[in-house]
Amino acid sequence: MLKKEDKIFKNLYGEDDWSLTGALKRGIWNNTKDLISMGSDNIIDEIKKSDLRGRGGAGFPAGLKWSFMPKDSGKPHYLIVNADESEPGTCKDREILRNDPHLLLEGCLIAGFAMHAHTCYIYIRGEYYNESSNLQKAIDEAYKSNLLGKNACGTNWDFDIFLHRGAGAYICGEETALLESLEGKKGQPRLKPPFPAGSGLYGCPSTVTNVETIAVAPTILRRGANWFSSLGNPKNTGTKIFSISGHVNNPCNVEEEMGIPLKKLIETHAGGVIGGWDNLLAVIPGGASVPLIPKSICDTVKMDFDSLKEAQSGLGTAAVIVMNKSTDIVEAIARLSHFYKHESCGQCTPCREGTGWMYRMMSKMINGNIENDDIDKLLDVTKQIEGHTICALGDAAAWPIQGLIRHFRSEVERRINENISKREVA
Amino acid sequence: MKHPGLINSIKDNEKDLFEWSETNFLKVKKIIEKYPSGRKQSAVIPLLDLAQRQNKGWLNKKALEKVAETLSMSFIRVLEVATFYSMFNLKPIGKNYIQICRTTPCWLRGSDKLLNIAKEVTGCSLGETSKDKRFTVVEVECLGACCNAPMVQINDDYFEDLNEDNFKRLLINLKDDKEISKGSQIGRLSSNPKRKN
Repeated sequence: MLKKEDKIFKNLYGEDDWSLTGALKRGIWNNTKDLISMGSDNIIDEIKKSDLRGRGGAGFPAGLKWSFMPKDSGKPHYLIVNADESEPGTCKDREILRNDPHLLLEGCLIAGFAMHAHTCYIYIRGEYYNESSNLQKAIDEAYKSNLLGKNACGTNWDFDIFLHRGAGAYICGEETALLESLEGKKGQPRLKPPFPAGSGLYGCPSTVTNVETIAVAPTILRRGANWFSSLGNPKNTGTKIFSISGHVNNPCNVEEEMGIPLKKLIETHAGGVIGGWDNLLAVIPGGASVPLIPKSICDTVKMDFDSLKEAQSGLGTAAVIVMNKSTDIVEAIARLSHFYKHESCGQCTPCREGTGWMYRMMSKMINGNIENDDIDKLLDVTKQIEGHTICALGDAAAWPIQGLIRHFRSEVERRINENISKREVA
Repeated sequence: MKHPGLINSIKDNEKDLFEWSETNFLKVKKIIEKYPSGRKQSAVIPLLDLAQRQNKGWLNKKALEKVAETLSMSFIRVLEVATFYSMFNLKPIGKNYIQICRTTPCWLRGSDKLLNIAKEVTGCSLGETSKDKRFTVVEVECLGACCNAPMVQINDDYFEDLNEDNFKRLLINLKDDKEISKGSQIGRLSSNPKRKN
């Protein structure tokens, strides 16, 4: 279990003051100038050495991503913080934004400096109204104390942070859709390449990165890459905020060491599965987009990127959605299909048409109102959507259904056969 | 689709007028300053939000035209944005805009029961506004407060850790114009696993 002194998020639940006074007591904005004086290359090297992987879902090595920013492009550089948290099951960034906003702001200055950016936009989902007002107050405080703005923190580096509220579109969590939205357009993803580091916001070098990734950076620099990488497993290092929701006794966000066994995570922090561990049916371990895993895998699996990948799922945003045996597992996935149908931006045909078709199929499947060979047809359609769209929303819509059929095919078949025999009786 | 944020037609009434209020006009200026010069279009979402707030929670054609004019954008570009994002309502809503999260994490903890209660107390059917214009009830997709499920957003605030009893009480208080408190309804601090005593 993660020791108290190794926690990065010391005010996750808002027990202490979130404003600047409280932040200073927790050591935030302390010696920031010294960290900046390490220089851009050393900061990025240290992040690389820590093996920090992006916390937004894809798990791309953060230091490497930061290093893609050109050194001297002659154009303005932008750091863009993705606070458009909308992956079902995920509510970790919300706690950082409202309960420890200065942790994020300090990270923005350091990461922004490392990427040669003078400007940072924080794109927060529109529904997080109260969270954005906390964050705006924190930004105002930081400007007043000269921590941001001209010669931010006495570092001779000018740095501005602007808050930008979205307006309710899951797809804007995709980095290029976010850039489009920030430019005042519909949030429809761009083709890559060019990648944002070459041509991002307004055609300038940009890096889009998750709230949690940025918020852990200052602590990594303070305590050193070796400390961070000593936590967790190789290539899956550090601490992570897990959002545990669904059928547990005490749903919660909790910061834990990467690679903690799923069972231990649920039993230690969330008060266990409702009805006991043996009442567990399945878990979606990384937010709605990743395939579910049945109890047999949950018994032993470790919560990190590589272990979950091996189990044909993913760590995603580390949003653990627990379902016990009272769950109608088909409806649980059908609801996710409805989500993707609703959130598809409509740009690529396979996703626009496919998400609607899959949802209609899934909703019929709840009562077994399909034919036996429809299962393979559905599976085939998921494969035709996966990998054939500009962004990963198509994949994300396909995977939950693939997971369902992989592990609960017999349940689906049982419903179909029951329905067939009902029809025959009628 | 009955959700006021998901319709694609706009309402245009000759009698509608829309001008920025004095305070909002100053806010508009401040918002535009956040973006580089020549990149005013970036302010379209914040400005639509501001216009919607000024116009009792929805956008008519005149408001959209005002935003287009303010940002020197063509009307169609503004309309495109207003129809794409679900938080922009293109028809009037009630004073209390009740948005019930329906996605799996909330559903696992009983969001469908909340919908029935909302219908019962407000007298609205899904997607509709009550006759007295005090309530609109809609279902929405994940609002990102899954560890406090089931939850509902009413106007700008989240109401979390709901169950049939406390949600019913909440709505009745709202109906009776009594004060309601946002956040967890069982006294939890954020998403702390422990409850306050």
